[in-house]
Amino acid sequence: MNLTYIDAIREAQAHALRDDPRVFIYGQDIGAFGGAFKATKNLAKEFPGRVLDSPISEDAMVGLAVGAAIEGMRPIIEMQFADFSTVGFNQIVNQAATLFWRTNVPCPITVRLPFGGTSGGGPFHSQCIETIYAHYPGLIVLTPATVEDAYSMLLEAVALDDPVIFCEHKFLYRHLKAEKLPSEALPIGKARIAREGRDLTIVTYSAMVHEALEAATELAPEGWEIEIVDLRSVKPLDTDTVMASVARTGKLLCVGEAWPWGGVTAEIIARVASEGYGLLDAPPQRLNAKDTPVPYHPNLWTAHRPTARAVAAAARKLLRT
Amino acid sequence: MLQTVSDPKPATDSTSTRELQLSAFRFMLLARLLDDKFAALYRAGKIHGGVFLARGQEALSASIGVSLKKTDVFAPLIRDTAGRLAFGEPVLDAVRTYLGSPLGPMRGRDGNVHRGRPQEGYLPMISHLGAMISVVNGVLFARRLKKISGTVGAACIGDGATSTGAFHEALNQAAVEKLPLVLIVADNQYAYSTPTSFQFACENLADKAIGYGVESYSVDGTDLSVCLKVVGDAVAKARAGDGPQLIVAKLLRLCGHGEHDDASYVDPQLKSSPLGRDCLKVAEEFLLRQNWTDAATIAEWRGKFAREIEEAVGQVQREPAPDPFAENWLAISSEHLSETHTNHE
Repeated sequence: MNLTYIDAIREAQAHALRDDPRVFIYGQDIGAFGGAFKATKNLAKEFPGRVLDSPISEDAMVGLAVGAAIEGMRPIIEMQFADFSTVGFNQIVNQAATLFWRTNVPCPITVRLPFGGTSGGGPFHSQCIETIYAHYPGLIVLTPATVEDAYSMLLEAVALDDPVIFCEHKFLYRHLKAEKLPSEALPIGKARIAREGRDLTIVTYSAMVHEALEAATELAPEGWEIEIVDLRSVKPLDTDTVMASVARTGKLLCVGEAWPWGGVTAEIIARVASEGYGLLDAPPQRLNAKDTPVPYHPNLWTAHRPTARAVAAAARKLLRT
Repeated sequence: MLQTVSDPKPATDSTSTRELQLSAFRFMLLARLLDDKFAALYRAGKIHGGVFLARGQEALSASIGVSLKKTDVFAPLIRDTAGRLAFGEPVLDAVRTYLGSPLGPMRGRDGNVHRGRPQEGYLPMISHLGAMISVVNGVLFARRLKKISGTVGAACIGDGATSTGAFHEALNQAAVEKLPLVLIVADNQYAYSTPTSFQFACENLADKAIGYGVESYSVDGTDLSVCLKVVGDAVAKARAGDGPQLIVAKLLRLCGHGEHDDASYVDPQLKSSPLGRDCLKVAEEFLLRQNWTDAATIAEWRGKFAREIEEAVGQVQREPAPDPFAENWLAISSEHLSETHTNHE
């Protein structure tokens, strides 16, 4: 069997629908059409009345999910692109994220955000906006980097009693393959050591894990052993695993595809600097996308986001300090 | 499709009509007295934050509350004191929320009009206007999936909220899904200080329903009899499976946006127009004229409600205030996934 990341997303949803009658999926073009990325292919047929097309109304889609959650359901909302979730932002951050704290009634909704850059995606189909959701109390924000995590973390997300922002990377949809679906997995909230090394720690997540792995391969013949921490979940952040890795290597490079101001990489560096200052042999560094909208043409796009080459260059510079 | 009800047939003296009107009137009176108490507490500096009164809107609001069943869904807005009470909210819930008691439904974490009990179908509003409509849709949508039929969801908004995207998205969504939603617009002439001329350019807000394929009604919001009839009919139609219903009630807000607002911007001509009538007085005069009750009975109710409110306030004032050290400061229910990093122990 050859399973892609998008297959894993589809299988996790099929599994959730099969196991739990409270689960339903609501989103644009997801019914008979099977979704813009085919994440719900054939699910409407397999689970009649539970995979439902919505109007183009991101605000009302999330609002409906919150109401359904209050009524005891476990809705999965598919945003066609993460970029469009900003239209539903108010319902996510003010309605879903505050419900439990205000009323003690849990809000078990999963909002799937197909996010991140692909060649030709341009400014409104490429955004990485995990940071803005992580900023708000009351949300869990997940960023799986592998086929296995896409599957197990989505299943766990649907089972959680809290609102989950599930950031699935479009670049990985058909790029990654796995032999089979996992039967066991690390729980949400635990980071994973994607590669072991002793010279430098790269902390990253989602598609950038693969750029970092490629950079580590490039640096190996030069004698550098790079350790890579795949965060898996950006909220909560597994600070312990990051700190333990920095304790081993003494050097930290954070890599994110999101924009540079604030954000996950800044948060990691803030935590390591304040709590692990003594572990550092050099000033911690970070590498992010450029502070512009995401460009359309591949020449511009590959220069806009961190690539394996850019990660390797940043790592080299840090290794030589 | 559009029905305008401003001159109803004379009310028939059937027992049910009379009882419904008397019941609604009692909730109007209780709401007015409760609001007056909140205003007094505000002036005395006993309330943190704002106080938002429902003065002038009680007839419409009470009509909604008494038209719903306990198993229905209700998302009131800021001027729905009467509707909340009629839907079953205890006075104590309202007082505890305004005074921030940890024993109230919002436990001091949210206050004033931001209160409800979601699992009892009573949804606590957020401040973003129009945002509760799709949440009501969601409860109704879920009930349909669960094969529960016969319940209705009512959402309240003002004229200002009809300008939001959330209003449009949610009403359209309800129409597409043919949900049993009753959306009630209190067109009270001002959104905070903004007159309706800056809010919409159509002749009548109820006309908007045509664009959504939704049934709509215009009603004189100062007249309890008419409000009861129109709201009752719309609720019955939604319950019967006729899809979403939009009610636009014209009235005038007889107070500021909140008690901090002297409302000096309100056009004096509006105040002296029929819209500026006090619905509570109108209802009282009507009930007396019909001989459905008498002044002594109303005075008795007034005294009983005032005592009930005083007792509730007294009780809540003796309750402990929220204790920051007893708070767990966790925004999610999955405690093992909470961000403990920034919690300074």
